[in-house]
Amino acid sequence: MLNIIAGTLSVGVTPSTSSYESIATVTVGAGGSSTITFSSIPSTYTHLQIRGIARTATNVSLGLRFNSDTASNYSRHYLNGNGASAGAGGGASSTSAYAGTTATATSAFGANVIDVLDYKDTNKYKTIRALSGGDNNGSGFVQFMSGSWRNTNAVSNIDIFQVDGDTITQYSSFALYGIKGV
Amino acid sequence: MAAGSTYTPIATTTLGSSSTDVEFNTISSAYTDLVLVIDGKDTTSTYSPYIQFNGDTTTNYSITNLYSTGSAAASSRSSSTSTPYLGSLGTSRGNMIIQIQNYANTTTYKTALVRINAADFRTYASVVLWRKSPEAINRVNIKMEASGNFATGSTFTLYGIAAA
Repeated sequence: MLNIIAGTLSVGVTPSTSSYESIATVTVGAGGSSTITFSSIPSTYTHLQIRGIARTATNVSLGLRFNSDTASNYSRHYLNGNGASAGAGGGASSTSAYAGTTATATSAFGANVIDVLDYKDTNKYKTIRALSGGDNNGSGFVQFMSGSWRNTNAVSNIDIFQVDGDTITQYSSFALYGIKGV
Repeated sequence: MAAGSTYTPIATTTLGSSSTDVEFNTISSAYTDLVLVIDGKDTTSTYSPYIQFNGDTTTNYSITNLYSTGSAAASSRSSSTSTPYLGSLGTSRGNMIIQIQNYANTTTYKTALVRINAADFRTYASVVLWRKSPEAINRVNIKMEASGNFATGSTFTLYGIAAA
């Protein structure tokens, strides 16, 4: 046991000064957009994080798809608060993962932080988690969301969209970051 | 796709004595998002901090909370308020991470996401909306509600994340 402990302790950790890197940003222009797309994502990181703000006219749930897969290969769940009570829901064979929340009031934008874990590991299905919320000064949600993509391919493309088909409005913006491992 | 290193520490405050207000001012607009990491506690009870941007003391804030009491999940909202209470850090020690998204733009209201882990009290997630006529955030105050105090040794670290 002592040898095991000593062996474990002897593994050094080299400090990294650049483990979190900006990869790309998509900002929605006049007229809005149905989908935010990150393509040709490099495989030089261990995890991905997407940070963004989004506004839509009516419906608020954002979905996410990997590698343009529109089949029922996703599982998804949420736990949310609507200002009066907590709620939960999900689906086992969905066509997208849940990934965020918009706001709908004028000039108000929902905020989203989405983590995509081990996105290039070809030995496992891919999982995501999100913390998101949109407050309209009288309505809105704060939500925890999770998703699983039942596919072992490395993720090279991510689409984000409003699951009911609403247009994502101007000034909505999402940025993709890469997080390195050692 | 261009890549660049980011997630940069901007400033850190460690309280040498208890305080009701911790301020970060003259915040550079060079980043896209701000992340404020707090580890601390209240001196005596489960008082709640609230957030304030650019010194705005009017009722331009609203907040929606989701929290666990240890036996049930619940949600609450406070609209058109000057004190968007985020939830308590507890009295034994808790942590809070505040994500302030797209803080420097002048075209949108600002939204922040908040997570609090106060293991001896509650777990919270919240979204805060600031509805002042769009302006860049250059000052953030974390204030304690009346009678509350951040305890000595509480730490507050502000990071900046710059998008490509």
